[in-house]
Amino acid sequence: MTQFTQTLLAGVDSSDAENWQLKNYARRSGYSAIRKILSNKISPDSVIEEVKKSALRGRGGAGFPTGLKWSFMPKQYEGDKYIVCNSDEGEPGTFKDRDIMRHNPHILIEGMIIAAYAMGVKVGYNYIHGEIWDTYERMEEAVEEARAAGYLGNNILGSNFSFNLYNHHGYGAYICGEETALLESIEGKKGQPRFKPPFPANYGLYGKPTTINNTETFASVPWIILNGGEQYLKLGKPNNGGTKLFSVSGHVNKPGNYEIPMGTPFATLLEMAGGMRGGKKLKACIPGGSSMPVLPGEIMMQTDMDYDSIAKAGSMLGSGAVIIMDETTCMVKALERLSYFYFEESCGQCTPCREGTGWLYRIVNRIEHGKGLMEDLDLLDNIADNIQGRTICALGDAAAMPVRAMIQHFRNEFIYHIEHKKCMV
Amino acid sequence: MLSPESLKKIDHEIAKYPIDKKQSAVMSALAIAQDEKGWLANETMNFVAKYLGMPPIAVYEVATFYNMYNLEPLGEYKITVCTNLPCALSGGNDVANYVKKKLSIGFNQTTADGKFTLKEGECMGACGDAPVLLVNNKRMCSFMTNDMIDQLLEELSK
Ligand SMILES: Cc1cc2nc3c(=O)[nH]c(=O)nc-3n(C[C@H](O)[C@H](O)[C@H](O)COP(=O)(O)O)c2cc1C
Ligand code: SF4
Ligand code: FES
Repeated sequence: MTQFTQTLLAGVDSSDAENWQLKNYARRSGYSAIRKILSNKISPDSVIEEVKKSALRGRGGAGFPTGLKWSFMPKQYEGDKYIVCNSDEGEPGTFKDRDIMRHNPHILIEGMIIAAYAMGVKVGYNYIHGEIWDTYERMEEAVEEARAAGYLGNNILGSNFSFNLYNHHGYGAYICGEETALLESIEGKKGQPRFKPPFPANYGLYGKPTTINNTETFASVPWIILNGGEQYLKLGKPNNGGTKLFSVSGHVNKPGNYEIPMGTPFATLLEMAGGMRGGKKLKACIPGGSSMPVLPGEIMMQTDMDYDSIAKAGSMLGSGAVIIMDETTCMVKALERLSYFYFEESCGQCTPCREGTGWLYRIVNRIEHGKGLMEDLDLLDNIADNIQGRTICALGDAAAMPVRAMIQHFRNEFIYHIEHKKCMV
Repeated sequence: MLSPESLKKIDHEIAKYPIDKKQSAVMSALAIAQDEKGWLANETMNFVAKYLGMPPIAVYEVATFYNMYNLEPLGEYKITVCTNLPCALSGGNDVANYVKKKLSIGFNQTTADGKFTLKEGECMGACGDAPVLLVNNKRMCSFMTNDMIDQLLEELSK
């Protein structure tokens, strides 16, 4: 099998119970990036420049350029500023941030320290998904280790830079992955997204300037500082720098996380994941988490795994969750389950999302159960139209997009369900 | 009232936030209270409200918004099975059905002996280990087979 350079999990051995600890991270040249910055007195602006050069894009779903996001933080601001790590990984199909945190927690901590330095921030929070208690405990231990070793706290490594980091445990709400809902949640409220603008860089946690990044985004930073932004960019493709963890789930022989360079062919990833289970045929793939449009297998097999290639193929890289479905999968049933999820998780603030997700679910449910009408297909499109772009946050779009794509690519199967009142597969 | 151990844990959480932002600790305070009491009765939530200096209604809002809080007494063990699509592709529904059959209950029901409550869960961020289930919000069980479910239920029945 091809060996790729790894920037996130290089040298990590998850079978060794102590491998995650600080002393072992240090052996893998851990914490040398922040040491390099502090001992060479690299300026905060140069750090941001380096991240810009790397073409690192947000790994949480939207793919926004990280260096640019960091440069939005007000520099001359006198009061408190915050950075927040979004480890609320709840997008169905995504399980990469959990592996970073339990197998290599210090790379996240170091990435956040560097980010805090670059943006002049003294306090950070790491918001961890509710269902992964063990991982939360691991992060609590790792933060304590880092504090004891002088990487967190006042005057880090004897410099005049201070930064403190705390973990916040979620308790079961997908919507808190949306960055402003997450801020509300840290403030001790219901996780309901805020209107944007104002953006978090101006009005974030406790109303202070705040930058939110995904776990994997922060964890990518130490390598960039140690090896240079240009090197990182070169690992991937122009505009799509570096390597990325892809979470492969569904009908493959070896589900799991695979770190590959941006631009690696999907076929290679599928091979790394052990190929199709039972040698069955690939029918469809959702390449970026459940909120992204599904693509037929034939299109996927021609596609490379990077933001621009997947967008060209008609979907989005999203969180990098690759859900594989073989020829035995009923697409109506698959969509029914996803639609139920969005209906269940809508926070209920906006009418198009609150009511629309219920409509979508009920209609797909009736098609699945042999009670669908031919008009339902247009009705689904119409409802999706009335949700998309008309809501406070992107959960509305996330509910609408899969519906459209499923009907677009697998229309015959929906028609068969309606006409024959049963499944085609 | 909560035990001194619980209060100590809550204080540890409060210390993570700015001095005037105690409310930020409400999620963990409720989780800690639930660990001690098994569920969140009004009097427990009122106590948390007072402890954090919040109006009780603001605490109820949080408790009812997040899925992992128990707003009524449940069985000794809450078993939550993930049935979202990635898990379903690897047997999530089979696991749910097997547990239902073994315990003779459906989702959101509790066994007559008060031992087990079954819940349907959403993605737990562990789809690579599918099928997965969660016991009492904390113990995640991965790659579940019928044999492993037998063993788990037996262990918890003791
Ligand atoms: C409904 C919804 C759920 C989201 N869930 C997550 C999540 O679990 N993790 C995450 O990092 N970003 C999630 N996002 C994206 C965040 O809002 C935000 O864009 C991201 O954390 C920014 O970090 P990045 O620039 O490093 O990607 C979600 C967005 C929406 C609309
Ligand atoms: S789009 Fe849906 S989830 Fe997002 S704020 Fe509106 S109602 Fe809430
Ligand atoms: S779908 Fe079950 S853990 Fe993600």
